[in-house]
Amino acid sequence: MTEVDITSKTIDGIGPHGVKVGLLRVLGPAHVWALGVGIVLVGEYMGWNFAVGKGGAYAALIACWFAGILYTCVAMIDSEVTSTVASAGGQYTQAKHIVGPLMAFNVGLYLVFAYTMLEAANAITAGYLVSVVATMTGHEGDLNQRPFIILVIMFLAWLNYRGVLATLTFNLVITAFAFAAILILFLSTSGIVGAGIMDHAALFEGHALPYGWIGILASLHFGLWFYLGIEGTTQAAEEVRSPARALPFGTLAGIMTLLIAATLTWYVCSGVLPWEFLGDGVNGSVAPLFDTARLSGSTGLVWLLGFGTLFATLASANGCINDASRAWFAMGRDKYLPGWFGAVHPRYRTPYRAIVFLVPIALIFALGAPLDQVITFSILSGLLGYTFMPLNIILFRRKWPLNSIKRGYEHPFHPLPAIMLLSLCGVTFFAVFLGYGTQLVAMIGFYIVVSLWFHFWRYRFVNRGAQFTMPWPKPQGY
Amino acid sequence: MGLWNWIEYGAWALSAAFGLHMVLDWLRTDSTYPEDVLTSSREGELEAMAEEHKVTS
Repeated sequence: MTEVDITSKTIDGIGPHGVKVGLLRVLGPAHVWALGVGIVLVGEYMGWNFAVGKGGAYAALIACWFAGILYTCVAMIDSEVTSTVASAGGQYTQAKHIVGPLMAFNVGLYLVFAYTMLEAANAITAGYLVSVVATMTGHEGDLNQRPFIILVIMFLAWLNYRGVLATLTFNLVITAFAFAAILILFLSTSGIVGAGIMDHAALFEGHALPYGWIGILASLHFGLWFYLGIEGTTQAAEEVRSPARALPFGTLAGIMTLLIAATLTWYVCSGVLPWEFLGDGVNGSVAPLFDTARLSGSTGLVWLLGFGTLFATLASANGCINDASRAWFAMGRDKYLPGWFGAVHPRYRTPYRAIVFLVPIALIFALGAPLDQVITFSILSGLLGYTFMPLNIILFRRKWPLNSIKRGYEHPFHPLPAIMLLSLCGVTFFAVFLGYGTQLVAMIGFYIVVSLWFHFWRYRFVNRGAQFTMPWPKPQGY
Repeated sequence: MGLWNWIEYGAWALSAAFGLHMVLDWLRTDSTYPEDVLTSSREGELEAMAEEHKVTS
């Protein structure tokens, strides 16, 4: 280790503990909640309504609750494993300790792709929202969205670069605002406060399930949109003050928040907007909650939901930068990728090289790829990650049974959630195959190719001795 | 030139400022600190580092 003068004015940030520089443990459960819910809540504001287009309003509700069960299993399983394997990288680090290097490499890539694609999709959406505001305020002609797309990515990357506490406190404020906006819209339009404008019976008449049961199946994978990203809470594992408490608390509070937000969103929007309009997310209702506010006739609600939509988009992009960079950093630190990426900023204590490296990649996708393809790639990478989780928890419980190691949280009814999650993933894969078969096959092909590259080339550089860091006993059966 | 054209220019300028700040700081950090210090983070060592601070009476 290099000798460094810790009293130097130039070399700042080196603590009295010596010359080792690691991530800072400064976060609490509220930040974990803000990270998980912040990434997801944009799905309530837009995107989920494609499920209505595929199968009608009831199909969207079934998809919402179906995905709700799937993600409750995800949240419970993640809470148990990550409160025990409390390190940056989240599911990547879990896979490394519990399954093996090849699985870990793949899971790491799922995470980075899912979050970077989602970040790009959010930046595109933010650019679109700014252009809508420009039109609403009298701007004539098409606004150039590019500077706003770039600004969103640059500003949030800069925020992430400067420190995790400010980044996730910012997320906490804007996510709480966006969630409160949904609650206020529900109270205002349902008749609880003031006159209600909902009329579910009239809007559903003759359109309960327009495409029958096949419509429900087709709508299933858009149900994921209500919750996609809650598993991102695990990436904060190395930066929370108390992993055993903050991670399960933040994650489980997050999924409860999302179940409420998703059901309210469906109820409010389907009771005000006709399903043909609601279900067309391209030419019809791009932002259903905002459209519902516009139909309410209240200027206050329009502004509230307008800002709610923008804040939800920013919170999602912000959380995605945080999560993708931690996964990339953790892979670099273990030499699954070049070790250069495993650097931590001595003053800001952030994985600064990983953050900066992922900026141009997000920009390329945000400026050069169509939104639907970007979203599809993100969902498919996420789905592969969810398929890994049940296998992971089954192996975890088998290798280290309860009471063999200390866990921050023990999820109930094992192995039922794992089996349920695996079954739901299977059904969702089939639903995705019906709609996006080519992309699914192409993506699996991509992961097979990079797996071969990792196995035959990259693995020789991996820091094999140092990658298993948990002070656990030998796994059972070994 | 309308207000939104100015806002567009503002967005370009801010993007450049944020990007430039990150890149300059990155280069300055890389040239100031030795590489083995920057990459000295190890999984699972944070608790050990915190435990180094022992209060002696």
